[in-house]
Amino acid sequence: MNSDRKKKGMGAAVVKMLVGGPPLVFLLVFFAAPSMIMVLSSFRFPGEFGGLAPLAAPKEGTGGDYGLTAEAYQFFFSDVIYAEIFLKSFGIAMATTLICLVMAYPLALLIARSEKRFRNLLVLLVVLPFASNFLIRIYAWMIILGPESGFSHFVNAILGVFGIAPVTLLFSPFAVLVGMVYVHLPFMVLPLYTNLEKHDPSLLDAAQDLGATAWQRFWRVTWPLSLPGIFSGSALVFIPVLGMFAVPDILGGTGDILIGNLIKDQFLGTRDWPFGSALSIMLTLAVLSVAGLSTWVARSAMGHRQ
Amino acid sequence: MGRPLRHGTSPINMSRTNTWLWPVAALIYAFLYVPLAIVVMYSFNDSRLNAEWVGFTLHWYKALLSNQEMLTAARNSLVIAICASLSSTILGTMAGLAIHRYRWKFLPALVFTPVAMPEILLGVSLLLFFLQVLNVTLGMVSIIIAHTTFCIGFVAIIVRARLQAMDDSIFEAARDLGATPWQTFRLVTLPLIVPAVVAGALMSFTLSIDDFIITFFTKGVGEPILPIQIYTMIKVAVTPEVNAISTLLMLLTLTLIIIAARLEARASPNKSGTARQAQ
Amino acid sequence: MALLEIREVTRRFGDYTAVDHVNISVQAGEFFTLLGPSGCGKTTLLRMIAGFDLPDSGQILLDGKDMVGMPPERRPVHTVFQTYALFPHMTVAENIAFPLKMARKPPHDIKLRVSEALDNVRLSDFGHRFPHELSGGQKQRVAFARGLVNRPRLLLLDEPLGALDAKLREEMQIELINLQKNVGVTFVFVTHAQNEALALSHRIAVMNKGSVEQIDEPSKIYSSPRNRFVADFIGKISIMNATVLETGPSHLKLDVAGLGHVTAAGKEGIKTGDRGVMVIRPEQVRISHPSTDLELKNHFYGKVHDFLYVGDVTTYMVELSNGVRIEALLPNSAPGRAKFFEAGDEVAVSWRHDAGIFLNE
Repeated sequence: MNSDRKKKGMGAAVVKMLVGGPPLVFLLVFFAAPSMIMVLSSFRFPGEFGGLAPLAAPKEGTGGDYGLTAEAYQFFFSDVIYAEIFLKSFGIAMATTLICLVMAYPLALLIARSEKRFRNLLVLLVVLPFASNFLIRIYAWMIILGPESGFSHFVNAILGVFGIAPVTLLFSPFAVLVGMVYVHLPFMVLPLYTNLEKHDPSLLDAAQDLGATAWQRFWRVTWPLSLPGIFSGSALVFIPVLGMFAVPDILGGTGDILIGNLIKDQFLGTRDWPFGSALSIMLTLAVLSVAGLSTWVARSAMGHRQ
Repeated sequence: MGRPLRHGTSPINMSRTNTWLWPVAALIYAFLYVPLAIVVMYSFNDSRLNAEWVGFTLHWYKALLSNQEMLTAARNSLVIAICASLSSTILGTMAGLAIHRYRWKFLPALVFTPVAMPEILLGVSLLLFFLQVLNVTLGMVSIIIAHTTFCIGFVAIIVRARLQAMDDSIFEAARDLGATPWQTFRLVTLPLIVPAVVAGALMSFTLSIDDFIITFFTKGVGEPILPIQIYTMIKVAVTPEVNAISTLLMLLTLTLIIIAARLEARASPNKSGTARQAQ
Repeated sequence: MALLEIREVTRRFGDYTAVDHVNISVQAGEFFTLLGPSGCGKTTLLRMIAGFDLPDSGQILLDGKDMVGMPPERRPVHTVFQTYALFPHMTVAENIAFPLKMARKPPHDIKLRVSEALDNVRLSDFGHRFPHELSGGQKQRVAFARGLVNRPRLLLLDEPLGALDAKLREEMQIELINLQKNVGVTFVFVTHAQNEALALSHRIAVMNKGSVEQIDEPSKIYSSPRNRFVADFIGKISIMNATVLETGPSHLKLDVAGLGHVTAAGKEGIKTGDRGVMVIRPEQVRISHPSTDLELKNHFYGKVHDFLYVGDVTTYMVELSNGVRIEALLPNSAPGRAKFFEAGDEVAVSWRHDAGIFLNE
């Protein structure tokens, strides 16, 4: 009997290997391993001509450093500007998330409460802009916020009425923020919609029956039930924004660089790979804490309401 | 309390939805589409500047077609997208099946993390990996591998969602009625996940064609790639050629998305056999 | 020789024993039911017969050959699943044809057998429909047709009627009996609904916590339960602690707690002084006005504590002196019936000298 069980188990195990094996191996090699390499690289010296210095002593005493060090991290903490950039990135991410939430919520609410056959279409309409090339979406705002655009003229005209000097909308923190919101809005709409769609309408009926006004029904029934959707949407916006470099690169000015730009510069510009790796590790840690935090908050929010 | 409580009889459930939702939602849809509309509009504008409308022209599209670098970039991106979507669809489908059937602890994390984390981290770590460890020159192959890595997760999500919506006992039923495991896969599993697999393939194709960040880091200095070309044009010399190529790309992805959505819709109510319908 | 023999089959999951040294024989052509509460092991046992699980020890013999280790697709055993498990991407006809295709039957043969099967379940015009277009009862019938079309040696049914509403369920029960009779295939049916088991089966195996408590015809299970669990699980019953005072061939004399001397049915293997319970079915207990002349041997007096009127019968919960409670059933159209009793009424209850059953603990 036991041998039969083993035989059956072995056949099944072979199938498991064949089905699950290839993706597992692929991801281990091209995702897990590179991540480990990056951790390791953050503890090495930069090479003489960029890249990484060797781990072991060089064969022909060419000089230069080798081996492991925490120099990259020390460098990070040595100048306050890096911490500032991190804080700025968090700030932009926070602002983007909040604005996306404010904009996405009514939209998601509307779609969730529409008649069933329109819902898929409405959702598709939200997703379609997301399907266009990411750069195009940023470029569009270059046009709109450009100094010669109608929109800029319009804004400056209004400011002129109040006696305020004309501003350049492009290459500013404002432009970066608009760009970030525009690119990430669908990520907030979809989880919110998925959550709101599942709300039981009879809950609102019951609340109304018990005397709740429209605002109370929203605040005390809809809002709390939508919290898990809010948290997943927020995570889906906050995390990518933290690492984004293209938006500040195209829409921002020289002073608007964020973590992503910093990392990019290290790898493709100054070629200080250890520092770049260290920055990436710090970004990863930031992302992990945000993800962990949002999961924890979501769980306890749900727990409260059980 | 004189409001009608029956819902679902009008396109929007008026007794539930406050009237202010409508205009706000319309504004937000406008916010989403107007910028893109402007890009498209100015691609036909007879003026170098994206400032005001001068006249209709196809000049920029013609310029595009004679831009050799652009054409090469488009061809390269297409090749990459086809290869990447092929490999990520196969691997992603296997991953989706494995995650649904075998509760391996680490596979979901491995498959889904590339999707969830900022793309720059994946790009940078692959750059390090290719140059430092594998010591290869960056080029088309490195890009294809990179794209596959993050597309696997998307395909796996779609395939797994499909599997979760099905009544699992149909696979046992097939075995019970005489089908070998291979026959079960061929006659029952495969036909039922095909819509999801195709949707996944289309999705990864789109993601690959559009990808900028990861491509940016893993492309090296060799072949031109479309999104990078666009980026260079934006940074260096903005001409409405950018608008033209953007419009064409949008058209392509629009078509693909609509095809994917149609396929998904066609498959869902009829033949998905959701567990809920097993009443 | 029995068609299906389950010998000393055991299945453990870690510390938990789901099936504990079970022995069952099923004869060819029988409608055999595994009955028990959730978690008693009946579904685990069924899955082992089908081949989806392996016993830790024991044998499962079909026509004398041990099937353990044989994969499901090679067993001449088919299953009707609780959720019907119809292939959503195939038509009804394709679903039914599936086992025939797997058995490599020639196409002409398949066509014939499929239309025959559809006729059998009265779905002759539904061949081209898809499962999602069918009602629950129709899906059910397709599932039966599919399981029977290639005449398996054994058909396993895993609570197939569970998802149906009461009326449809009753209709399907009758259909099921007729189907089994017409087709002649041996059924092994799993359910937790005891009245369903009583209605459908030739024989029932009552299971509890992995073991078989009793295997018998429905009437014997009902009237002669072997132990307290079976007595309590099937139908309504009153249970009272009792000690044996006298034994005899045709009856026992018991000392029932709170009541005193009571006679009960005679039973083998009982000794004076044995402790246990006396059980009695409500329909055996007559309820009447206290002044009525009671001709039955066992009679006691008490008050109506509560009652349940369900249209055709009323069940009275009577509290006897000394606090003992007993249930009495009264058909509402009984001839010569004086009145309906109310809560608090003084009544007399009585039963035949052999109506009570003594069960050893």
